[in-house]
Amino acid sequence: MALRTFKVYRGNDKAGELKEYQVNVEEGMVVLDVLHRIQADQENDMAIRWNCKAGKCGSCSCEINGKPKLSCMTRMNSYGPDEVITVTPIKTFPVIKDLVTDVSWNYAQNKRIKPFQPDPKKKDERGYYMMQEDVERTQEFRKCIECFLCQNVCHVLRDHDRKDAFVGPRFMIRLASLEMHPLDIADRIPEVRKDYGSGYCNITRCCTDVCPEHIQITDNAIIPLKERVVDRYYDPIAWVARKITGDKK
Amino acid sequence: MANSSINIRQSNYLGTLRADNWWLYPAFVVFGFTSFVIYATWAAFQGDNYYFDGGLMSEHFGGYLSPMYSPLVWVKSGVHGGAPLHHAWLGEMPAWMPAFVTPAFFIVGFPLAFRFTCYYYRKAYYRAFAGAPPACAVGAVPQKEYKGETGLLIFQNLHRYALYFAILVLFILAYDAFMSFFRDGQLGVGVGSIVLLVNPILLGAYTFGCHSFRHLVGGKMDCMSCSKGRLFAWKNVTKLNMNHELWAWCSLVWVGFTDVYIRLTAMGVIHDFHTWAN
Repeated sequence: MALRTFKVYRGNDKAGELKEYQVNVEEGMVVLDVLHRIQADQENDMAIRWNCKAGKCGSCSCEINGKPKLSCMTRMNSYGPDEVITVTPIKTFPVIKDLVTDVSWNYAQNKRIKPFQPDPKKKDERGYYMMQEDVERTQEFRKCIECFLCQNVCHVLRDHDRKDAFVGPRFMIRLASLEMHPLDIADRIPEVRKDYGSGYCNITRCCTDVCPEHIQITDNAIIPLKERVVDRYYDPIAWVARKITGDKK
Repeated sequence: MANSSINIRQSNYLGTLRADNWWLYPAFVVFGFTSFVIYATWAAFQGDNYYFDGGLMSEHFGGYLSPMYSPLVWVKSGVHGGAPLHHAWLGEMPAWMPAFVTPAFFIVGFPLAFRFTCYYYRKAYYRAFAGAPPACAVGAVPQKEYKGETGLLIFQNLHRYALYFAILVLFILAYDAFMSFFRDGQLGVGVGSIVLLVNPILLGAYTFGCHSFRHLVGGKMDCMSCSKGRLFAWKNVTKLNMNHELWAWCSLVWVGFTDVYIRLTAMGVIHDFHTWAN
């Protein structure tokens, strides 16, 4: 057992402080364990959002020594023995209390997206049927646990506060999973460009860097969507090809 | 216990609670790009020592041609380490061309456009030079109204056109590599041939791992099983694409190294070990 120094944000969206705690840390503990120990022994009213403690619910997102992480998946032995651990709430969203933030803006974005619209012509007596290679690409996106660490680290939302213009990486994933779906016939590319703001992403890849599910958000979702926008709006050869073939998409 | 007040909403340029060496990556990029740009600019202005064939200046094919000068549109005759006239597509440099213009000027725009609009390089220079953001969870340079790539940078959407030219140049550089195994029409091999051969291999890994190329060969399809050929191509381009950053740097460094090698060889500073008689 070792005594470790923790600094944890205590406060709300308007004002707060980094409060220091000395905590006994045992082998095998993760940051969330230590926060729970502080809550149990020293600060009963400290607010922490958590649920599964297995990196699958996406509830315990926070910033540990400035890096967006899941506190349940951040092992204490990944830090130096004398390192002070600073835990703050995710910065991009309003703080309700201590480490708990209001992420409801994200759910509002989700509702804006045109839902899955399967092509009735592709339904046969077996129902809707797809080949494995057709679903492989979008299966990666289904791993998303909605921890919103990508939304938090995206500088468009975090530093420039352009929530009015860009839906953020999490919803670019959702859009990509729908747009690439072999059965879906809805066209979301005009909205991807205009309403969801694909052009606001400047590919700095922080969303991919912080994703606890290691989803290749930038390479497999955002850039392919940007390329589809290019097909539709910026590529004159593609435009001519569409005119010749009569293809609307 | 020392408590400290903090404004959780405040966003300052370079402001962060990160305690690691987050500045290493942007510093590396600044050093790498700046070094290359300084060298490439210097090399492009030299206009000499970009070609070496052992001093034969033969009418036959062969010799080492620096990738920074290839393809040769016009050449200036009588330049030390310059290519023979028959190597140039349009022959002698027109007399009306300003004296400082070298053959490198006519082709530098193509690789520059490809790399500048490249999805990987965008990450690198937006972070390192524009501070947008300098690193993840590190405060970005404040902007009155952030527009990303919807404003002035909208031209980034034409990356695929830069790709088309890059593929063309790649084939020319592969031809140069092939030619480097000949001197005065004689087949052989020199250290320079190997250097020139590695160049299009690295450039090919970079160019054919391009995100736009990945989209064009198959990524744009929703039904991947509808074309086995395109699916195969997409999967293989994806393999290259996964290491796009690595190929981008390796190919950049190798282009510079190839020019250095040929320049020093043409200047007589180093000896090119080879199998030819002369």
